[in-house]
Amino acid sequence: MKFALPKGRLMAATARLLEAAGLGLADFKENSRSYRLTSQRFPGLSAKVFQEKDIPVQVSLGHYDLGICGSDWVTELLVRYPDMALERVLDLGYGQGSLYAVASPDSGLSRIDDLRADGRAWRIVSEYPNLAESLALKLRLRRFKVFPVWGAVEAYLPECADLALVTGNTRQIADYGLVPLYPMAPTAACLVANRNSWECKDMGELLSALASVSAPIEDDSVPGSAVVRTIVSVPTAPSLVRLALPDGHQKKPTAELLAKAGFAIPGYTETTGAGIDLTGVMIKVIRPQDMPLQVANGNFDLAITGQDWLRDHLCRFPASPVKEILELGFGRVRIVAVVVQEWPADDLAGLRRYLSQAGLPWLRVASEYTNIADKFARDNHLSPYRVVPTWGASEAFLPEDADLLVENTQTGQTLAQHKLKIIDTLFTSSACLIGSNRMPSEPAQAARMEAIIQTLRQTLS
Amino acid sequence: MANQKCKGCRDLLAEDMAKFRQIEGVFRECCSRWGYQEIRTPTLEYLHLFTSAGTLTPERLNRVYSFLDWDGWSGERVVLRPDGTIPTARLYVDNLGQQKLARLYYVENIFSFEEKEEQSRERWQCGAELIGSSQPLADAGLIMLGWQVLQGLKLSDIQVCLSHAGLLRALVAELGLEPGQQDELIGHLLEGDFKALTELKPGKPGLERALSLLLELRGRSHGFLKNMRVVLAPSLPGLLPSLDNFLNVTEMLTTLGCRYSIDIASGKGFEYYTGVMFQFQVGDCFVGGGGRYDSLLPLVGGGLQPASGLALYMDQLMRLIERAPVSEQRVLLRTEGDPSKVTKACFELAERLHQAGYLAQLDLGDTETNYDWVVLIRAASPNYILRRTGRRKSWKLASVGEVIRMVREQCS
Repeated sequence: MKFALPKGRLMAATARLLEAAGLGLADFKENSRSYRLTSQRFPGLSAKVFQEKDIPVQVSLGHYDLGICGSDWVTELLVRYPDMALERVLDLGYGQGSLYAVASPDSGLSRIDDLRADGRAWRIVSEYPNLAESLALKLRLRRFKVFPVWGAVEAYLPECADLALVTGNTRQIADYGLVPLYPMAPTAACLVANRNSWECKDMGELLSALASVSAPIEDDSVPGSAVVRTIVSVPTAPSLVRLALPDGHQKKPTAELLAKAGFAIPGYTETTGAGIDLTGVMIKVIRPQDMPLQVANGNFDLAITGQDWLRDHLCRFPASPVKEILELGFGRVRIVAVVVQEWPADDLAGLRRYLSQAGLPWLRVASEYTNIADKFARDNHLSPYRVVPTWGASEAFLPEDADLLVENTQTGQTLAQHKLKIIDTLFTSSACLIGSNRMPSEPAQAARMEAIIQTLRQTLS
Repeated sequence: MANQKCKGCRDLLAEDMAKFRQIEGVFRECCSRWGYQEIRTPTLEYLHLFTSAGTLTPERLNRVYSFLDWDGWSGERVVLRPDGTIPTARLYVDNLGQQKLARLYYVENIFSFEEKEEQSRERWQCGAELIGSSQPLADAGLIMLGWQVLQGLKLSDIQVCLSHAGLLRALVAELGLEPGQQDELIGHLLEGDFKALTELKPGKPGLERALSLLLELRGRSHGFLKNMRVVLAPSLPGLLPSLDNFLNVTEMLTTLGCRYSIDIASGKGFEYYTGVMFQFQVGDCFVGGGGRYDSLLPLVGGGLQPASGLALYMDQLMRLIERAPVSEQRVLLRTEGDPSKVTKACFELAERLHQAGYLAQLDLGDTETNYDWVVLIRAASPNYILRRTGRRKSWKLASVGEVIRMVREQCS
């Protein structure tokens, strides 16, 4: 029996549940580097750790019999693919909250029905694109655009989006200065089962153990989003320069570079005192993965992201106006193609030879960089193949749930620890400043942008 | 691994294509005679063309093939055309808006996701749209056009089933629901789901009786609608404009000798329908349908313009029709001797036979019994030896003209 378990917000509470149920999955804990777990109590039980969002997909495909994830991700999958073989079988009582459609108070929206009345092209930003589209269709919005993002959803309101799907409760959302318009889906943790496994396998012992936990599980899960990320916000003006800065791993080196260049950005750089004048510059912190698309759409003029994410964007949209302005040099990684060490292939030619003999129905290519992975497989004639999108922890997919991984690595050590080997290096990536090919229409805006670019260039030189 | 076609997609083989062209031919001919002009819309359209209330229901929109184009970074989605009428309305608005009356027809594929593998996700339809007339005559004319095509395909047991979207909408309006609920209920009705309506317990006097009369009874003549009018007019005057319009159309169909049935609850159709709706059946098989859509053009950016249309479903018709017998004579051309001397003569003969209306083909290892005639082309005299397939008797001929003359004489 195979069990898919969540990383992230539900991990600690899930670990407490599994411990209380006596499942004997001792290595399932935060900061553990182990993705594959075996049970001391149930010899036939194995478990693997995934990003929460991957779990409904993995269970519905039958790769796992059971899984634990938030109800919101189950709804996100089933709203688009209602016939997937996925059943919610048990509410686990923690991870409480809701996914809400929210708007900025500046939008003038106070009820969800206000959207129906207005024929404009509504922009909806969300980590849940299927739910966002289903809401737009349900509301019979005449025109709408859904922007799928990796996170920092609330940062897009109100300048870059009209509506966002945010997790939390109404009080939290009000505290963030947003207006909750419509509850979309609960986020509470649930046990999900593959329908076929549920119908055919005896999972009674494991289910009894989970159901026997009567004491409530301490709920320390925090909503996945709803952190106010607008750092400097000034009224929209044609000459405004909109700059996107990265969160996550790239935040620290970016902040260091900006501080060195003389920028003092409260809440981002640790610099105190007055820095370079940033009047007329709006700065928001969003995910680097989302920046190229946002620059292409004209929501931002400049952004600091990775060359890997720029390349992924350009693989999907080859005619996009986004371009690299400046290589920043930090966050250097290699984007590599990886297989398990047991495979008798050390390079692409060897992989092709092996595939011609191995008799795989198709090659499963897992990656966070879905567009790079797709192009890589296509250009290298690895057909037939299928790209398996992942949301992190990708090395856990091999060998059971994917055959080849397109992943970034600094030293290759983590890959080696997971008994994986590199068979090709696609390219090297570092942080970069990106912008658009479109010329700014306002001279003042162009001058401000140029000043930022030149300051960073001089700092690097 | 063998190549496999996509789920829900269908290969059309030679036999299928022969039937496809046969249907298309009859349809084109009928449309052309009634003054319709052929158009073709693109396979890709913007999604927003189909999302307004009054175009496609959310249930249908959930099954469209939509995606971001290669330059779709703005989030604007495109769809594989899920319907023939809405793109035609868009085409009219974009190109023919100055034309008060347009009669347009098309043969196009439409795409819709179907869960079951045996259901086709790509379907072909023959469509005709009449834009610019609100007259009942236009509705009757379209129904008769469809009827004529089905008769032209030599189908028997053709039935027309009629309903009226305006009547359904008027009936729902009497229920006094909120606008959102009203849209939702109409969406269900137009998907053919009448359960929600029959389960409603309206408080308004006469409405329950009207629901029962309209949804449970079937009519076979316009008299049925006249009877309804008499009974419903006092308590539900809001139904009268639609009932009168329905009556006008059915009276015309009766005059034209069209056999039809009236079944309000058969009103499966599109959300854009506003007036008479019709379905064509051959035996138990639905082979087409259509209706009036007077409110659609403003939703795709045009002015208020009445319109109605029909579509015949190629896939169903291909299963029902008999393939027309092949009337042309088939000639197999075989060479003997030095190719440098006979190849040119062989091609010359083929060209002349084609010009004379015969099917002539070079023998590349073909099966002789698939042909009516075999001609042996030789470098030496006699240059042509003609023989009917399966017979011993042959004719020794000296020229291409003699070959054609002999084939013609023997066939007459």
